Amino acid sequence: MKAILGVLLLVVIASVVPLAFAWRSAFDPVDPPPPASFDSAAIRRGAQLALIGNCNVCHTAAGGAAYAGQRPVHTAFGTIYSTNITPDPETGIGRWSEAAFTRAMREGVDRRGRHLYPAFPYDHFTKASDEDVKSLYAFLMTREPVRAEAPANELPFPLNLRPLIAAWKWLFFEPSRFEPDPAQSAELTRGAYLVRSLGHCGACHTPRNVLGAEKKAQFLSGGEAEGWDAPALNAASTSPRAWTADSLYRYLRHGLAEQHGIPAGPMAPVGHNLAAAADDDVRAIASYIASLMPAVRAEREQGIDALIVSIQRPESGATGVAQSAADPQSLRQGELLYQGACAFCHDQGRQLSSSGEAMYLPLSTALYLPTPRNLIRIVSEGIAPPDGAPGRWMPAFEGVFTDEQLAALAIYLRARYTDAPAWTNVGDVVRKARK
Amino acid sequence: MITLQVNGKAHAIDAEPSTPLLYVLRDHLQLNGAKFGCGLGQCGACTVMLDGRAVFSCLVPISALPDRPIKTVEGLGTLDNPGPLQRAFIEEQAAQCGYCIPGMMMRAQALLERNPSPSITEIKAHLQPHLCRCGTHMRIVRAIQRAAREMKNAPAAGTGGTTRR
Repeated sequence: MKAILGVLLLVVIASVVPLAFAWRSAFDPVDPPPPASFDSAAIRRGAQLALIGNCNVCHTAAGGAAYAGQRPVHTAFGTIYSTNITPDPETGIGRWSEAAFTRAMREGVDRRGRHLYPAFPYDHFTKASDEDVKSLYAFLMTREPVRAEAPANELPFPLNLRPLIAAWKWLFFEPSRFEPDPAQSAELTRGAYLVRSLGHCGACHTPRNVLGAEKKAQFLSGGEAEGWDAPALNAASTSPRAWTADSLYRYLRHGLAEQHGIPAGPMAPVGHNLAAAADDDVRAIASYIASLMPAVRAEREQGIDALIVSIQRPESGATGVAQSAADPQSLRQGELLYQGACAFCHDQGRQLSSSGEAMYLPLSTALYLPTPRNLIRIVSEGIAPPDGAPGRWMPAFEGVFTDEQLAALAIYLRARYTDAPAWTNVGDVVRKARK
Repeated sequence: MITLQVNGKAHAIDAEPSTPLLYVLRDHLQLNGAKFGCGLGQCGACTVMLDGRAVFSCLVPISALPDRPIKTVEGLGTLDNPGPLQRAFIEEQAAQCGYCIPGMMMRAQALLERNPSPSITEIKAHLQPHLCRCGTHMRIVRAIQRAAREMKNAPAAGTGGTTRR
């Protein structure tokens, strides 16, 4: 309902936004520049920046050629298909000049002058430096051209009218450059730049308003991605162990932070990309994000230590279940299901030689988040590395549990393994997550 | 006591609620079609149908099962009167050692009940959770295609009772 009102508002605004603002000129098509015309250092740099920008994730369809687009991006407003950003002259960006590419990155307008939907995060890319945009252009224009036309977007009227995007931009978007804070170290400055520009971390980790624009005042305070909760990366972080620059670096770079876990859900491909990105850049991102998060507090760390001891020695009677306000029948049901389906791997001391150790649940981010959504997704869908790649693995329990059983399991795990308050409306979250 | 609905029959089972369904099928009910492979949900040999979907029976505690229909490979037909999927596997000679086949058949059955005409790509993607290192992969795919054709021509014959989605 709110979204409908928002769209109506957008229509009203669109009718008063000056035509001059909505209309953008086309750049003339150019002959595709030969790959040899690009500087090899710029291509290399662009390759690393494309990994940080996660370009391949949205611009590659399942089983499709890299950067050839056609991937459906499901938004609250409808489905948008990513475009082909290989240098194919007919269906890709082969006839885009560097100026046209730069305008797309900076202003969200394609070569022909059409406004681009903000599923393409130009609200972040606008902050990229001239040199970085140039390098990305060099990288993309030297990929193998692939002929692939993106299917038409599936957006309801009037959202299918691109001039409406001009109204959205008028409300929420301003082309701008990254402005460094001179008081910051070089590493934190680099990290802040990458996080806010090409990394576009806020696209998932910042909450959005009813019209899909990021709430800038709540930068990185937790958002949503493809039906998953994107955890808060600032003072609102609920991580049981405080993140540090080192642990974040290991998480982003090596795909595992011992005291936290692995990148899962929509974060998994981000981790795969950052594993191959420039090491200094990943370190800078980790340092900057860590600087926004709660500092390590001895009191909290000792609280988690004590919780772990009480879980390992339940006879001490201090476990969460004993004190939980949750419905005792759900707790009992959840415990039975846990013992039968999960304990074999997740109980401490049991290690899987074939797939590494199972997640140690008292340290699980998913159990500490404000909603059980990620937990439900992980249990239902499991954890799997991309096809052909090594990585952590957990079987999908889709079909094994009923909605009621899954809710009981979530209620039990939250009570048993965390000191956080019980979740509310678990049943509703389960139903929505499994739709 | 927990009552399980297996292949259309109710069975009262006296076992710990955390016992995996696979153990109950094999040890209590002597339904030995589902196989123990890894016990971790990694290989698919223990696959059965639950509520019409394929699940790893080694991962399902029986406490999750009251009132939910379970179907095993024995529920697809008998030696004397094999169901269409079983006939198709025989006719295509799709088993080499056969250890993984009952699990594959149950996942294939779940697919065919939802999608009566799957493409080769869909069949391969659907069977992805199954490990097997034998030489009959192409025959397995052909058998599933053959079963799909037969089921369309003679629906409901020998499918071993109804299933719920």
